[in-house]
Formats: sequence, structure tokens, C-alpha cells
Amino acid sequence: MKRSRFLAILFVGTASLFGCNKSESAATATATGSSSAAPAEKPAQAIELLNVSYDPTRELWREINERFSASYAKEAGVTLTIKQSHGGSSTQARAVIDGLEADVVTLASFLDTDAISKKGLINPGWVDKLPNRSLPYTSTIVFVVRKGNPKQVKDWPDLAKEGIEVITPNPKTSGNGYLSFFSAWGSVVLRGGSKEDATKFVTSLYKHVPVLDSGARGSTTTFVQKQIGDVHLAWENEAHLEVKEAKGELELVYPPISIRAEPHVAVVDGNVDRKKTRAAAEAYLKYMYTDEAQDIVAKHHYRPTTEGALKRHAAEFPEIKMFPVTDIAKDFADAHKQFIAEGGVFDAIYKPKK
Amino acid sequence: MASVNRKVLPGFSLTLGYTVAYLSLLVLLPIAACFVRAASLSWGEFWGAVWTERARAAYSLTFGSSFIAAVVNLVLGALIAWVLVRYSFPGKRLVDSLVDLPLALPTAVGGLVYASLYVKNGWLGRYLVPLGIHGAYTRFGIVLVLVFVGLPFMVRAVQPVLEDLDVESEEASASLGATRLQTFRHVILPALYPAMITGFALAFARSVGEYGSVVFISGNMPFKTEIAPILIVARLEEFAYGEATAIAVVLLVISLTLLILINLLESWTRRHAT
Repeated sequence: MKRSRFLAILFVGTASLFGCNKSESAATATATGSSSAAPAEKPAQAIELLNVSYDPTRELWREINERFSASYAKEAGVTLTIKQSHGGSSTQARAVIDGLEADVVTLASFLDTDAISKKGLINPGWVDKLPNRSLPYTSTIVFVVRKGNPKQVKDWPDLAKEGIEVITPNPKTSGNGYLSFFSAWGSVVLRGGSKEDATKFVTSLYKHVPVLDSGARGSTTTFVQKQIGDVHLAWENEAHLEVKEAKGELELVYPPISIRAEPHVAVVDGNVDRKKTRAAAEAYLKYMYTDEAQDIVAKHHYRPTTEGALKRHAAEFPEIKMFPVTDIAKDFADAHKQFIAEGGVFDAIYKPKK
Repeated sequence: MASVNRKVLPGFSLTLGYTVAYLSLLVLLPIAACFVRAASLSWGEFWGAVWTERARAAYSLTFGSSFIAAVVNLVLGALIAWVLVRYSFPGKRLVDSLVDLPLALPTAVGGLVYASLYVKNGWLGRYLVPLGIHGAYTRFGIVLVLVFVGLPFMVRAVQPVLEDLDVESEEASASLGATRLQTFRHVILPALYPAMITGFALAFARSVGEYGSVVFISGNMPFKTEIAPILIVARLEEFAYGEATAIAVVLLVISLTLLILINLLESWTRRHAT
């Protein structure tokens, strides 16, 4: 009796492990509404798209998907169901490489999209397929501090001051983590400091980090729920949500300089050609550059990239110097290799003193 | 008619075939894939990936904390099993089911809850931290969650054996003039050794592979609280599959060696128990 119940629970426990890759389908309320618009002789086509994205974009894409499937039903007479899948960005990239049938990928970093491209699933030259280097929105790393900013944290050098605790995820396992690292590095070398100065700065900065959570959401929990640390280095859009939820307990601080985070979007050529969904997938990503979509992007605190939208929403996004990764390295891959990968600058920080 | 099947059990070849096929599919194949992937590295690359200073620190932390947690469970888990078998009290069934809970709960939740309890403003932490006891973001925290995930294995291994234990032999021992401690040490404990060792091995193995709960409570500081599975994830983030599996292979080999040793110890105690 006992043994069998034990085994049953063991089984359930194992099964629940596989439940961590959340996938949800965006409701498409258009299925019935479009029947009058569609020509009677041609039966309405039904297409399903899968958008594989990273964690914090859930709400953004849910709203985009609703709007786009409505307009696509009207224009093309196609009933569209768009499914979303969210998870850690590079975990998602590996899933696509290993066969997850994504029609489009909207991942956090160039590296992840490029890894898929290198496996032949996305045609070379994908960065230039869509406007603004395939960037319908960008983001950056900002500071979240406690109410009233008691420690007066305003700029990067403040983070390494006596008595400050900084919360940022592990650069080795998190996009938020390595973008924070790049920002810190850039804040030195792009303002006249040498590489040695930068190494010194990041070394002392990471001495002020008491916890290296494995991902962005883990850091948020550490900072907000567990009340650890004086400043949290967060994605700009996440920072807005964090401050809003804290109801006055937290404040957002814009450092004068930070990295330009580039979450590229791309059609997964290998998959759409096989699934015959190319037309819909391409229209979906092109839609991201329309005024309607750009306004939704801004509403979710991502920085829009079309000129018109930038002007419309200028007030919501304080101007700071957002530097591209190419200012501190050849490209993303090179930056990751120099700073984060095994044997890079980050590893040297934690070398125990002999 | 010509030959007589001498085997006592019917269907031996069928069940053995099934067992081998099932185990291969479930366990051997994925592990073999691990080895094949790791073999894509040259010796130099393999060594460079698995034997860095940082990796060695992570291995000793992983195996060390798993060992300590399993030892704690050895004592406390056996105690719980004892209480559940030997005494009846109101709410016993509830307590009995609680034991299995760590298996059902996603371990990440366990890790998060433990961490929030033991941080300086947590329910327990606000009293413990002033005393210098830091349960979150320390090695102690890692052991705490490993004790949590390993508990059911120990209890459920010992419980059935305790249940089957003859009360008569204890009575006999008592009537022969043994003290209660003597009865416990010479009659009960030896009968429990094999089960306790099995429970120890299960809890230990479970802890070595544990990731979800530990990442939330350890703080993941290199050289201090960074466990080996974190290194694997870090290498995966670099799309360095070969290096990641190389570390996994090292964990597997060490675990397997330890488990074989523990199994030998178990059969040794079985032979010497009676």
C-alpha cells in the first residue's frame, strides 16, 4: 500500500518537472466575427503561429496577438491563432534548435537568435530583413531603488560605494545579468576610463552583490519580497512594473548611461517553409512596425523604434545615453566571450586570493 | 514434453527482457547520450571544462552538502519513521502524508519559501539572523533544502521495514534481561541498517542532482555557494553543450562510484546483520 502510493507521488513529482515550459494560446475572438466578411465561396483559412519569446514579454505579445489576429482576419481572410511560449531566452533558443516548431522568435538577445541561424533554421542576413535591424523595440538597464533613494544612488560609480548592496542576476545564466555587466563596463570605458579602470570597477561592483540569482525574476523576488539590497539593476520595462506594484515603496532611477538592449525578432525560415505559414509570419512581424503596434510596445514600457512613435512617446522615456554593444566589443558574441564566458573578465573577479 | 522448465518463476525471460529494455530506454540511453556528447571534446578540452578551480569548488560543495544532508536525514528521517510506525496519535495520517509533500512540491517553490523564511526580515530569519544564524544564501541554507528534498526517501525506505519488524524479538530480548538501549542497539538497529543505507543512498543521490530549490537559496556565489549543476546551466547558456555535458559526466561518474560503494556497504550489513 505505502510503497505504491509513494511511487505514485514520485511519478507526479517527476511529471510536474516537465511543466516548467509554459506555453499559452492567445485567444482569437475573431473566429466567428469574421464569417460575414469572408467571401462565401472561399472557406476561411485557419493558420496557427507559434511565437517563441523570453520571459517578461508575455503581456506585450498577448495584446499584440489579439490586435493582429483581428486585423489579419479582416485583411487576408485568415483566422489566425497565435500561440506564445515564454522562458529563459537562451533556453528558448535551444528548444527551437532542438525542434520546437516556432514560426517566429522574439528573443532577448542577438546571440540567441543568431545561434538558431547558425543551425540553419534562420537564413543568414536575417538582421536586415526587417526595419531598424529587425528591432521593433529596444530596452535598457536601469536602477530601481528604495523609497526616497536613501543611499543616493544616481550613477554607476555609486554602486561600488561603501555600504551599498546591488541586486543583479548571474551574468552567466541571465540576459539581464550580462547586460548589467556590459552597462557597468561601458559606463567606465565610454566615459574616458581605461580597460584597467573598468576591470577595477566591475570587480568592486560585484563585491557589492550579495546574491547572484539565476534569472531576472529571481532577482526581482530577492529585491522586492526579501528586501535585500539597495539597488536593483533591472530591465527598463520590468522596472516600471516593479515600481508600480510596490505602491510607492520603490523608485526608478535612470543612470546617465546604459546599454542598448536589442531584442531582435525573426521569422524562422526553416519552420515556416515547412508549415506553409510564411505569409502570416512575415505579416505578423511587419505589423510590429505599425503605429498601432508601436503604441502597444510603448504602453508596455519597451522603447519603440519607428521615428513617429519615438516622437509620440518621448515624454515616457527619459533620454539617456544608450550605447550599442559594438561600442565595447566587436559584437555581442565577442562581448560575451571577452566578459562572461569561461575564462572571461567575470570569472577573474571571483578568483579566490592566493 | 521433452524438456522440463527448471525455473521456478514463470515468464523469467519476458520480465528480464522487459526490465532491460525499459531501463535502457529510461536510464541508460540518456546517460549514454551524455557520454557520447562529452566524447566530442578532446581530452584537453574535457579536462579544461571539468577541472577548473571553480568547478572543483562546486563539486566539493555539491557532494559535501549532499552528504551532510543525507546524514541528517539518516537520523531525523529514521526518527520520523519510528514515530509513525510505533505510536498512534491524532493526525497521524496527516503527518504521514506530509512526509511525501517534498516530492510533490516543485522544488523551486521549496527553495523560494525556505529562502524567504530565513532572510533577515523573514518569519524565522528575523529571530535567527541576530543570533548569527544565516539560513539564506549560505552553505547552511543549501543543506537545509537538501534535507527537505531528501526526507521522504529516508522515511519511506525505513518505514516498511520497521512495520515488518517482529515485536516478539524485542520482547524476547527484554525477557532475556536486555535494557531498552541494548534492545535498540542490538536487536532493532541492525535490522534497520540495510533500509537506512538504502534511504541514505536515495536521499544522497537526489541531493547531488538537485537544482531547482538550491538556486533560490544558495545565492550562487562562485567558490562559496555555487553548486555543480549551476555550472552546467552556465555552460549551456554559452551554447557550450560539450563542456556542459562533460561536467554532467563527472557528476555521474562520481555519483555512480559512491552509489556502488553504498550498495556494497548495504549488502555487507545485510550479511552481517543476522
